[in-house]
Amino acid sequence: MVHDVPVSSEYRYGFRDPDVAVYRAPKGLTRDLIIDISKMKGEPDWMTEFRLKALDIFLAKPMPTWGPDLSAIDFDNITYYVKPSERRGRSWDEVPEEIKKTFERLGIPEAEQKFLAGVSAQYESEVVYNNMKKELEERGVIFLDTDTALKEYPELFRQYFATVVPPSDNKFAALNSAVWSGGTFIYVPKGVKVEVPLQAYFRINSENMGQFERTLIIVDEGAFAHYVEGCTAPVYSTDSLHAAVVEVIVKRGARARYTTIQNWSTNVYNLVTKRAMTEAYATMEWVDGNLGSKVTMKYPAVIMKGEGGRADILSIAVAGKNQVLDAGAKVHMLAPNCTATIVSKSISKDGGAVNYRGLVNFGKNARGSKANVKCDTLILDDRSISDTIPYNEIRTDDVVLEHEATVSKVSEEQLFYLMSRGLTEQEATQMIVMGFIEPFTKELPMEYAVELNRLIAYEMEGSIG
Amino acid sequence: MARPELKIENLHVAVDGKPIIRGLNLVIRGGEVHAIMGPNGTGKSTLAQALMGHPRYEVTAGTVTLDGEDVLAMSVDERARKGLFLAMQYPSEVSGVSTSDFLRTAINARRGEGNEIPLMEFVRKLDRALKTLEMPQDMVRRSLNEGFSGGEKKRNEILQMMLLEPKIAILDEVDSGLDIDALKIVARGVNEMLSENLGVLVITHYQRLLNYIRPHFVHVLMQGRIVKSGGPELAEALEAKGYDWIKEALGIVDETVGQEV
Repeated sequence: MVHDVPVSSEYRYGFRDPDVAVYRAPKGLTRDLIIDISKMKGEPDWMTEFRLKALDIFLAKPMPTWGPDLSAIDFDNITYYVKPSERRGRSWDEVPEEIKKTFERLGIPEAEQKFLAGVSAQYESEVVYNNMKKELEERGVIFLDTDTALKEYPELFRQYFATVVPPSDNKFAALNSAVWSGGTFIYVPKGVKVEVPLQAYFRINSENMGQFERTLIIVDEGAFAHYVEGCTAPVYSTDSLHAAVVEVIVKRGARARYTTIQNWSTNVYNLVTKRAMTEAYATMEWVDGNLGSKVTMKYPAVIMKGEGGRADILSIAVAGKNQVLDAGAKVHMLAPNCTATIVSKSISKDGGAVNYRGLVNFGKNARGSKANVKCDTLILDDRSISDTIPYNEIRTDDVVLEHEATVSKVSEEQLFYLMSRGLTEQEATQMIVMGFIEPFTKELPMEYAVELNRLIAYEMEGSIG
Repeated sequence: MARPELKIENLHVAVDGKPIIRGLNLVIRGGEVHAIMGPNGTGKSTLAQALMGHPRYEVTAGTVTLDGEDVLAMSVDERARKGLFLAMQYPSEVSGVSTSDFLRTAINARRGEGNEIPLMEFVRKLDRALKTLEMPQDMVRRSLNEGFSGGEKKRNEILQMMLLEPKIAILDEVDSGLDIDALKIVARGVNEMLSENLGVLVITHYQRLLNYIRPHFVHVLMQGRIVKSGGPELAEALEAKGYDWIKEALGIVDETVGQEV
């Protein structure tokens, strides 16, 4: 495993293909631009209105100052909408050659051959390739890009859209609400259990282009779905912004799992609002892996509205040189007998900063609820830093909150031990790091686990000695 | 394959600037079992750690060669790949890494790229060693040494030795904390490995291990030097009479390091 390490000194997935987009919005953010985008997409009036209201909220809200420094983001110098081709590719043959090449380098076609149920691959702002297995269709599962879902299922869409993350939630949720494009829409009908993971690949491929995808997942009563997204991004010279919104609605007795591995290039501001709402006896699982980016702010959240809900939030964050990863989790327990488990694994190296920032809120009706928070940090050198910032709010008695935090360094003794069996210092360090994140890796589908191990191995290169 | 040979000449080792080993000479060849005995604080573990190359142990003088090659010029991992093995007194725990994954990686590190051990061969060897050491199968799927009892850790060290097939194995207090049954099992593992292709250095405080791993040579370490060498009968004499008669004969009052004759 540890031998299988990419050796190039360039960022491995940092390749760029020539730009094939046919429409590119002018830089900057205006009401006219938003009306244009909405028109071009052929959206209903309510959505245009929604976007314009969100723009007002965005403009009115100050930049958040409680976390990492975001002052370098220049909102006037971002392209808010790029449409790669006039028509959506329905079959693989119709997908433009340049785009295929990018997917091939990411291994998409092979991955599909293996066990994908359906691929919804986002290229720039529009979904160009969207393939879903017949079987899922027959079971009533909807798996589309979000724009198409708005057209084809307008009522279902409107019923749930922005119900978990309103535009007023935060400045970047407002921005996303104003300019959103693409993303994934999933609806799983009552009692339907989708055993194979639904997967999508995201990728930014246009300089200075913000990516504002919007994902909405509804898992109806007693149903199950696992959605997997993996992201890799090319290296650019100027800063990019990624401000996504993800909403998941888990109905009574249902279970949803959302797995992400993000590996943004180190100029990307990755500011994502991910939130789920659980009804009674529903389970939400966030599995969230964060590598790369310049700044990441991401706190997958679960609002537990129904009794006996369950939230499992498992995350890793790896921060290297000039990177700030501010990640964590939030749970709001608003009903009795809920359970939340938060496991966070953070790694900082080469002067990087990685923080756990989390909130556990027991509302006044949360009696009998339990939360367990475990934050482990591994610091690889003396220049790197880490901070743990847990907030707890408890408004009722009869709840249990456990919090455990550890900070460790790769010890001389561990390295000596592994090296005394023939592993080089780099191999030994990698092994310790991989072991550290193993509780996360083991939850991933096999191919993602392999990719993550490779990315981590690559990240560890050059950080030794 | 020629019999391996580890040659230690006039070795001096310091820890934090303090001399611990002060002029030690020893030659270990394939097929031989050497025992180094001595009371606490005489430099036994320092010798083991320094031979393997622990960064805290500084070799200030002398030479160590394995089959003529300069061991002291090698990094820790190079020493291991050349066939040196140290069963540690306090093995580290590594979370999230299973013993079997670790072992395979270590075996392949030594075999080199393109010459990796076939999976079935690995599984066969592992199964055989587990059986010899009376270790349950699921133990190698657990995180390396994590939550292992003292005895389990010691067995795991011998398991690694059996799979890595070193040329020279140093067993540092592998008997400490073991009950008599566990001791027998550990010794069985070592004995199964004995051949012309393996030289063993057993470091121990007590003679009882040597009832099960029979040494050809016994050396007594005091004040960082070998002060007396002999055959198995020396170990028996130590068991019967303790160390005082040697101290008396040599005029040593305090046998620990830092004390002069």
